Parts: sequence; structure tokens; C-alpha cells
Amino acid sequence: MILGHRLSELCGHGPNLETDIALTNISLDFFGQVRSYFNYAAEVKGDGLDEDKVAFLRSEREYYNCILVEQENTDFAYVIVRQFLFDAFHKSLLEQLSESSDQTIAAIATKSLKESKYHLRFSSEWLKRLGDGTEESHARTQGALNDLYVYSHELFEETETERAMKEAGIGADLSMIKNSYYPFVHKVIEEGSLNVPGSAERIARGKHGFHSEKLGYILAELQYMQRAYPDMQW
Amino acid sequence: MTDHKHEWPLWEIFIRSKNGLEHRHVGSLHAVDATMAIENARDVYTRRMEGVSIWVVQSSNITASKPSAMGELFEPAADKVYRHPTFYNVPDEVKHM
Repeated sequence: MILGHRLSELCGHGPNLETDIALTNISLDFFGQVRSYFNYAAEVKGDGLDEDKVAFLRSEREYYNCILVEQENTDFAYVIVRQFLFDAFHKSLLEQLSESSDQTIAAIATKSLKESKYHLRFSSEWLKRLGDGTEESHARTQGALNDLYVYSHELFEETETERAMKEAGIGADLSMIKNSYYPFVHKVIEEGSLNVPGSAERIARGKHGFHSEKLGYILAELQYMQRAYPDMQW
Repeated sequence: MTDHKHEWPLWEIFIRSKNGLEHRHVGSLHAVDATMAIENARDVYTRRMEGVSIWVVQSSNITASKPSAMGELFEPAADKVYRHPTFYNVPDEVKHM
């Protein structure tokens, strides 16, 4: 959801019409998937919850997204690199979740996988073209890669919840995904004539609820309507 | 050569709908190359399930007839009734004529 929100910030601001529509389409795809998950979560939790409450009424520490998706839309290179690093992970995650022992999750994942394959195609093709393009596109993309790569490790850090889900056959095995992720990502980076950044990692505990200050700004925008007009209806 | 957006080539997009037999021209867009043109066409022209197959052709590869030549190219065919097979009775069993 947080990545979908970042992409939605680009609506009307894309470098040209085609990429503007492509990126906002990706954002809509994410929100579609999120609605399915949140509806299910609300159903499982009960307590009078619904998808909107789950989406909009949590406090910052109750969001468990990784730090990577909070990063800003600094420029098109950042948008593409962030998308690519996420998509390469997301596709493998969905492949595993399609085999989940939980029927609902398997169904959502199977449908989302088609969207994710397209997202990965889109972001990898763009990454290669930006890297192989002009001096400026290459420099900006390498810069974005150097800045964002340091957050990729968090995708594979298993939380308590993820471990429990994996053991129950519901969730994914992140270490399996990691084994194929980095070789794949490196291959695409090299196809774009770019350099794989070093192995430095930035401390990232978004999945534990400890976020960068960027999430605060995101939530201020995301939650504004629901908090200004509680229980509002369209 | 820079890839400033004004210099991206223009591509004509043809989409075949699920029940259609032919690709129809739906519009055009700018893209850096053929692969990106297909992806952009998918995003721009098939959002509402308009089609299941995309053809992209670079606009510079299309040669079109000149509107000013419309007269000499097309008008003579207007009064040649004998070219139309209207004098035959097509049996009902022959469906796609």
C-alpha cells in the first residue's frame, strides 16, 4: 500500500503521458491487491474491522512495510530502481504464496502474480534502458541504485509473524526467495551496464514497525480524509 | 543522441479485440523502441480490456495515400456497379461472404 501511495504521487507528474499512465496503473494494481488482503485481514480479525479501518486508522508503529517502499520519488531513476528492487522480490513472493495452504491467500496471490510479472517486466526493461542510455540517465540510475540497494536486505529479514506463517504453511520462505533474488537482480543491473553496489546495508526495521520519518509524511497525506472526517462515506 | 522525450519515435498502435478478426488502429504514442511501445500500448490502450493482441508499427514505416489524391484514387470506383456481386443470390448456408 505504501508503494502504491508513492506511485500515486506521480499522477500527472510522470516524465511523459505513457509512463505516467503506466506508473499509476501499477499503483492501482497494488491498491487492488491491498484491498483483497485487508478485506481478508479484517474478516479474520473481526472486531468490527473493515478494509478502510485497516488501511487508514493505524498509527505509525502499526504499519509493517519495509523501509524501501517509503523512499521518495526523487526522480524517475529512483522510481524505477525502487520499483525494480521491489518487483523482483514481489514476484517470487507471490509465486510461493500461490501455493499457500490458506485458500484465500493462494487465490489473491495467483491473481496478483500476473500483475506482478508485468510490473517486473516494466521496471527491468526501464532499468536496462536507463543504464544503457545517455550519460545522464546512467549517472542518475547508478546514483539511485547506490542509494536504494542498501534497503533491499530488509525484504528477507524474517519477522516472528513471517516465521510463524511459514511454519504453518501459509506464508513464504524468505531465504528461498533471497537465493534467487540477488543473482537475478545483479544480472539485470549488469545488462543495463550498471555496477552492482557494494554489500553495505542500512539498518532497516520497518517490518517491526520502526519507520523512517518519511512514513510520517506519507501517513499525514494518506490518512487525512479519514481522520478529518471520521466515518465518512462516499 | 539524447532521449529527450521530443525525440522519441512515434508508433502507431493496432489492437485486436477478443471477438475481433482484425487489428484496428486505436491511436499512437511515443516510445524508445518496439518493446517499450508494446508495454506502453498495453498500459494506455488496453486499460479497459479493449484488446488481446497488440501490433506496433513505427509511424515512419507507414506510407499513406495523399488526401489530395482521393479524387483520382477512389472516385472512379463509385459508378462501376458491375464490380459489385449484387446480382447473385447468396444462399443462406454461405454465411461469411
